[in-house]
Amino acid sequence: MSAEANDAERAAVNELLGAPDSGWDGGDRSAADHHIARGGVRQTSGVRHLLLPALQAVQGAIGWVSPGALNYVSERLTVPPAEAYAVATFYALLATEERPRRVAHVCEDVSCRNRGGLDLLEELSGRGDVMASPCLGQCDRSPAVLVQRAGEYDASLWNSTPEMVIDVLEGAEPIDPNPGHYGIPQTEAGSDGLRLLHRVGAIDPYSLDEYRAADGYAALTKAMEMTPTELIEEVKRSGIKGRGGAAFPMGVKWEAVVAQESDPVLVCNADEAEPGTFKDRGIMEGDPFSLVEAMTIAGYTLGAHRSYLYIRGEYPRAARHVASAIEVAKEAGLLGEDILGSGFDFDIEIRMGGGAYICGEETALFNSIEGFRGEPRQKPPYPAEAGLFGLPTAINNVETLINLPLIVLEGGDAYAALGTPDSTGIKLFCLSGDVVTPGVYEVEFGATIRDLIELAGGPLDDIAAVLLGGVSGSFVGPDQLDLPLTFEATREAGVALGTAVVMPFSSSTDFDDVTKRIAAFFRDESCGQCVPCRVGTVRQEEALFRLLNPAPTNGSAGEIGLLTEIDQAMKLGSICGLGHTAGSAIQSAIALGLIGDRG
Amino acid sequence: MSDVQLTIDGVAVSVPEGATILDACRAEGKEQPTLCYLETLTPVNTCRVCVVQVTGSRTLVPSCSRVIEEGTDISTDSPAVRQTRKVIFEFLASSVDMSLVDEPTQQWMDHYEVDPTRYGPTAADSPAGARDGRHAGHHAAPVGGLTETVAQPVKIDDALYVRDYGKCILCYKCVEACGPDAQNTFAIQVAGRGFDARISTEFNVALTSSACVYCGNCIGVCPTGALMFRSEYELRKASMWDEEAQTVTRTVCSYCGVGCNLELHVQDNRIVKVTSPQDHSVTSGHLCIKGRFGYESVQELGDLENTPIDAVLRAARTS
Repeated sequence: MSAEANDAERAAVNELLGAPDSGWDGGDRSAADHHIARGGVRQTSGVRHLLLPALQAVQGAIGWVSPGALNYVSERLTVPPAEAYAVATFYALLATEERPRRVAHVCEDVSCRNRGGLDLLEELSGRGDVMASPCLGQCDRSPAVLVQRAGEYDASLWNSTPEMVIDVLEGAEPIDPNPGHYGIPQTEAGSDGLRLLHRVGAIDPYSLDEYRAADGYAALTKAMEMTPTELIEEVKRSGIKGRGGAAFPMGVKWEAVVAQESDPVLVCNADEAEPGTFKDRGIMEGDPFSLVEAMTIAGYTLGAHRSYLYIRGEYPRAARHVASAIEVAKEAGLLGEDILGSGFDFDIEIRMGGGAYICGEETALFNSIEGFRGEPRQKPPYPAEAGLFGLPTAINNVETLINLPLIVLEGGDAYAALGTPDSTGIKLFCLSGDVVTPGVYEVEFGATIRDLIELAGGPLDDIAAVLLGGVSGSFVGPDQLDLPLTFEATREAGVALGTAVVMPFSSSTDFDDVTKRIAAFFRDESCGQCVPCRVGTVRQEEALFRLLNPAPTNGSAGEIGLLTEIDQAMKLGSICGLGHTAGSAIQSAIALGLIGDRG
Repeated sequence: MSDVQLTIDGVAVSVPEGATILDACRAEGKEQPTLCYLETLTPVNTCRVCVVQVTGSRTLVPSCSRVIEEGTDISTDSPAVRQTRKVIFEFLASSVDMSLVDEPTQQWMDHYEVDPTRYGPTAADSPAGARDGRHAGHHAAPVGGLTETVAQPVKIDDALYVRDYGKCILCYKCVEACGPDAQNTFAIQVAGRGFDARISTEFNVALTSSACVYCGNCIGVCPTGALMFRSEYELRKASMWDEEAQTVTRTVCSYCGVGCNLELHVQDNRIVKVTSPQDHSVTSGHLCIKGRFGYESVQELGDLENTPIDAVLRAARTS
């Protein structure tokens, strides 16, 4: 394909990659260039990981990735254009067709949908610079909007009105209506006794001094007086399990990582995209140093010197706050080389997602960082053996990691004394939907659904069902309100804790509409790699539409039978968790009689 | 190398270390359905029709890539395996034109009583280019619940081969053959996402504007006839393609000294397609443009006029 980048496109890429050395990597060609052979597999493998950042640089500067810009990125990174195009078209936030310089993505997902999202889309309909979006992780402040702005940072809007969106689309600076708001009502109420969230909203997220004054960096200091072996032992004693959805014991995971021969790499999964989930966002926005400190302790414990923090592209504010914390920590000698004079080197590199739920799957996330399409890998091998760049990799969720300072300071045993024997410690829950005060709530493990709803100010109305664990989780009926939200109790009840979403729906809810949205979500977010998920998510949406028609083509029973078969094939046959859980919420909605009872 | 012990459908079996479940099944004479698997390519685990049940595993496991561990207990014909394979074949057959899949695949589909029609009436075909322009994360709602397919017009960029993506099951074989597993040309990749994923050049430019070198190795590995010699495509369209009347002659390519073996598929005394044996040590089934398409000189001898298929072939060559 012949197309040349314009000056602005070149500048955007050069800002990231530096000026090209020669004609062979995208600069002007001199006669000498023709006698030098460059590139090849070696060089490609060395810089390919910059593909997504380079495409994002162009998107961010110009507003789309033109053929010329794609060619230039390909030249600079010695990536074939077809491969670069394949990656660019994988991400919803990258455009390979020309777009307006400002584009608004309006959340139409399960939480915002009936809290102004659909109305907002309706009022803005007809505009070429407004499109519907999956969950933006702002469920506590619906309706949420993300505005991509060429040449400026992307802006999150919340409690959005049509006027606010139009103003920003037309060039106004986004106004933060509530700068100190991080979606943590407990701290706003000044509650004492919080262990994970006590600083969120209480300190300036840009201030290291304020962080230190609030016990910040005490854990790192203490950790560095311990040996990595001792630290892993504390983690094991704490009994903490992963908070990203899979509930894998963190100590077991880390033991497997340090048992490998090569130096490991640490990855923090902040690609928080499960609809209804926004706890990691609150932490990164309101208490970014806690994550930086936690990752540093993790690096020291694992003997890792490199780490990546993969933040979803829809979280520009979180990314800014963490990026600042990283810089400040480096200047203070708390990150980078020779941390606290210990001789230990550790760095954190932020990578932004591009609008792809699937990249929250750990191996898809690795592929995304490496510059490939975010398609999950077949496991084994597991990340502990061969993860990012084929290295032994510890990958942990934000919430999991920020428990680490607590475990270090209080000791594994003290941590394990919190919660229940099988679900130790503190847990953050994301309350949204039909509750009075949506937000992130911190509790000891053991709280019931009812406890959490009460904590969030109670239900707005009679509860018809509660969506647990996000759209990859399931609906439970009002008879389940006393279910303790622990790993063991939810497992026994046949539901999943997932990402700790608790989303009540009142009896006036149109569940036909909600389940259709869930089906559409999975269809949109399937990576397309394996057949059961690629086609199954489509067949599921179609069968659901037929079921919810006045006269289902195959009869209600026929469509429900088909939906069950589709769900089973996705569950058993898919490569990754997206396919395994894509039918879960819809199956539960049918089982509870929320949909499909037309006979 | 030591052996590992396993059980396949209740029968104790011993295989060399490093063998996959598929290797072991084949050694036992238990053939499994495969679509995205090929001996000469890296397994991509995407079609999932070869899945088997492994005791202790929550989900089914792709037999083509899973290396056997000591003591593995495998079931290739449990109700879960049968049902999952059936539905996966139905997913494919309800969305893709599978009419040209090979005989064994057809038999597997019959075996599992695959019935794509039970997903209801299908939606309209996509107009040319429509699927190539779809943006990740957005799709039109299936109003009426009609079954969407990948049906679309055939892409014809040149006289050598056609791309009929209405027959594409997205097995990644052509991408691998164009890329690191054979040709290292990287002219095509899977672009887009989800059901809108498709094989594409950069910005969907025509092959003639892409990096394609016309080795035809993508055609050689395509399991569904989505990639096809232009000659075969035109003869099929004219209802003159007749495999039963064809002979296959194995010879050595005379263009250079490498020694690639060619299989010349001849109908009516005309070469209509060229392949290379997959088990040939020199080619592993792969060729270059000269071996694959450079046969026209053979039949431009002047004394071979007036075979029934000449007009079709000539039209294909000169279009």
